[in-house]
Amino acid sequence: MFALKADWSQEIKKRYFTLDDYTGGEARWCPGCGDHAVLTVVQRICRDKQILPEKTVAVSGIGCSSRLPHYMGTYGFHGTHGRALTIACGIRSRRPDLDVWVATGDGDCFSIGAGHWIHAIRYNMNMVVLIFDNNVYGLTKKQMSPTSPLGFKNNTAPRGTILQPLNPLTVTLGITNVSFVAQTIDWNPAHLYATLQAAHNHRGTSFVRILQRCPVYSDEVFSDIQNDPSKILFLNHKNGIHIGDNVKRLFPTQREHDPSNMSEAYDIARNHVPVGLLYHAPQTPCYEDFSSVGRHMGIEDKMKGLNDALDQFAV
Amino acid sequence: MTQQREPKTPVTLDEHIVEIVSDSGEGAQKAGQTFGNLSAKMGNGVWTVEIIPAEIQPPARSPGGASGNRIRVGSTYMTNAGNEADLVVAFNEQVLYSRIASYAYKQGTVILLENKWKTDQSFEICQQYQSAVAEFREHGLVVIEVPMEVECLKIVSNARKGKNMFVVGMLCHIYRRDLQKAFDEVQLTFGHKGEKVVKPNQDLLKAGYAFAAEHIDLHYEIPSWKTPKERDAEQWVVMNGNQSLGLGIMASGMELVSMYPITPATSASHYLADVFVKTGGFVHQAEDEIAAIGFALGASYAGRTACTITSGPGIALKTEFIGLSVMGEIPLVLVDVQRGGPSTGLPTKVEQGDLLALMYGEPGDAPKIIIAPATIEECFHFVIMARKLAETFRGPVVMLTDANLATGVQPFRRPKLQPEWFAPPIDQSAWDSKIPPYDWDEQTGLSSRPLPGQPDGEYVLTGLAHTFESKVVYDRDSNQKGCEMRSKKLATLRNTLQAPTLNGADSGDLLVVGWGSTLGAIEEAVGKMQKQGHQVSSLHLRFLSPMEPDLKAIFARFKKVMTVEINYSDRLDMPFIENDNRRYAQLATLLRGQTLVDIDCWSNVYGQPMQPGMIYEQLLAKIEKIEEVV
Repeated sequence: MFALKADWSQEIKKRYFTLDDYTGGEARWCPGCGDHAVLTVVQRICRDKQILPEKTVAVSGIGCSSRLPHYMGTYGFHGTHGRALTIACGIRSRRPDLDVWVATGDGDCFSIGAGHWIHAIRYNMNMVVLIFDNNVYGLTKKQMSPTSPLGFKNNTAPRGTILQPLNPLTVTLGITNVSFVAQTIDWNPAHLYATLQAAHNHRGTSFVRILQRCPVYSDEVFSDIQNDPSKILFLNHKNGIHIGDNVKRLFPTQREHDPSNMSEAYDIARNHVPVGLLYHAPQTPCYEDFSSVGRHMGIEDKMKGLNDALDQFAV
Repeated sequence: MTQQREPKTPVTLDEHIVEIVSDSGEGAQKAGQTFGNLSAKMGNGVWTVEIIPAEIQPPARSPGGASGNRIRVGSTYMTNAGNEADLVVAFNEQVLYSRIASYAYKQGTVILLENKWKTDQSFEICQQYQSAVAEFREHGLVVIEVPMEVECLKIVSNARKGKNMFVVGMLCHIYRRDLQKAFDEVQLTFGHKGEKVVKPNQDLLKAGYAFAAEHIDLHYEIPSWKTPKERDAEQWVVMNGNQSLGLGIMASGMELVSMYPITPATSASHYLADVFVKTGGFVHQAEDEIAAIGFALGASYAGRTACTITSGPGIALKTEFIGLSVMGEIPLVLVDVQRGGPSTGLPTKVEQGDLLALMYGEPGDAPKIIIAPATIEECFHFVIMARKLAETFRGPVVMLTDANLATGVQPFRRPKLQPEWFAPPIDQSAWDSKIPPYDWDEQTGLSSRPLPGQPDGEYVLTGLAHTFESKVVYDRDSNQKGCEMRSKKLATLRNTLQAPTLNGADSGDLLVVGWGSTLGAIEEAVGKMQKQGHQVSSLHLRFLSPMEPDLKAIFARFKKVMTVEINYSDRLDMPFIENDNRRYAQLATLLRGQTLVDIDCWSNVYGQPMQPGMIYEQLLAKIEKIEEVV
């Protein structure tokens, strides 16, 4: 029914994509920036799943992490500050055949784009949303973000922030239609890979918060959990994120958590620094299943429909 | 039912303006629509305007709460709402005060007034009624008191529902409407609710007709402007500008309207939400105005040019994305149904106040196409053109309509649909990898764009300054080049446009320039001047960016040029205002800069459609000065 050519499998083979095919311009992030790790993992997943580069769109807002599309070899859309999700949803609305990845930061998503964050979760359109959360504004040079820890000294609060940070996990879990919430860290490539792969496999909006180091402006914010990994709660479950035992043992504190259990997910998100899959509801309806209806309608049928509509106004 | 009197000989009229006003929810709007449609079907020229209070259910009998319809019925094609009303049907006396304050009535306007308030249980209301009627009469209104409720209660138990059809019945007798056609209209309006609703409404209509025949000594004939044969041969449609816009969007092949509720734009989306499925389309109500345009741009980028419809405050919020649409060269159709501004302004009322905001509203240089339909019919055709322009010139096309077009109802020839109006399927063939994503033509600035799904076309669209390969750059030459290429597109489009045609002689004493919904009123006023022998012509611009060609040469052939617009300008008789600090109306400002001609303007922000009578007075004053000099 999709008019596949008889020899389609051969054609796919003929077009084998290497990491180069998913690579665009040279990444210009600072040395030691966690964004490099995320970019590499995204490119590897595309390669490993042989996603068609022309059918892939990387969408972003504004900020350090939002430069990601420029470093991909796929289609990309580097939008305006905070609005990546609106663009990504628009792309999916009439093109559900496109593979959409969104790169956004804690300022971009949780501050200027907070309205769209809530509603994109509710639309639940099929895309992976990567939140590069370094607890600081980088590109504009060290202002506090909604996730900056209490007392964090920065250029707009030189004596330290005065508000408790916003918890993106509990907020996201509270939104109707939420279907995939995970948290991972940029300094464990295996867990990062496994998380993004699970996110990509999920049909719906996969919200992945990545704790991401900024070596220049907020180097210290994750040092506590880096120095003492037991402060991280590793979530283990057969329906969760799977990594090898050799990597798993890097996380001394672990607990079983069924990702279909919302109240437990909320409890964990509120009281711990978890890594893994907090919540997963694979059957949640996707907005594009409604918004894309009729996209194959031919011009003849459209003319018929329009004449029908005009009839109502005939005099 | 009383016996009908022998109808007396009717007075033949060129036109009449009829108003039906009530409290919100009493059905005056429905009555007006019914009477307007019926008159159109009988071959009259018709222009209808909705009278809408800003509140949903304002307190009953409040002077500001008038809700209803104003119908101009004539024996020629009607192009605008006209001047003061000739006949008014009012469900209470209080709603008339706001209409009087709007200069909607004149000496001799006949008011058919519901008289049940005269005997209301509340002493206060009785007094209000009595003193209002006395006051109206004192000021020259002809008040005829009608026991509408009493008459309706003979047929239905709740007169609040149905009084409006009694009113239509009265008007049918007064204006000699075909009663059977009126019954058909009721059937069309209420048919979906079943015979239980149709029957009493038809009975009420019949009762109103009989009542007027017996008790109201008004009887008019407004001849049809078409022979019955012409009426049958031609296919016509009647609708408001927002419905016309919605149908045009369907005819353009666009499949997505992404919007956020705002008056007076939203009724276009209401209409589309109902019927868009017939052409495979979808209305997305976004979480805010910014998301609405972002969503549309996402769809456009992915190959399906989308439309976003809004009004003034929405434009303000969308500004950053409009800039991105220019910078990234993303096709987009942006419709602004203008209302009074600034800020929340006059949400339900008309203004042409967004032109400069859309021309210059973005930081930096953001050249874009701006068009303005002048009639309800053009709302349909222009949006089809807008989609094509957006794709050919690869950027946003702004279409400026206004509350007058949005809520005005007018018949026009049914469009004959053309397959080439509709957007073709999304091109997914392989892209020639040697062609960069912004392969700007040095002459025209035009380039074609790869669409996601096209192999070898991969590029990253960005709002940052970029090269023809869409690579981010910060150097001086690349930014200069990009700006030049985007600007060139406007010059290219202008090169394809024809000079505007003049209404009247191509030289003379005074040229009146307008744009948008004022066309009919301006031409009517100018026509009256011409008949009286004045050397006045008018010109109406549809393209505002780029400007239509030859304007300077045309202006040079007139002694004086002035714009007539519905937006703010300083008057020269105001304190401290002189020629060199006067703030001109918006089109006048643009034309002065573009042509270096000393163009005058007359404009106001009354929030009302331009009345031809008011324009006429202004032109007369202007021409007298010019003729004096001669």
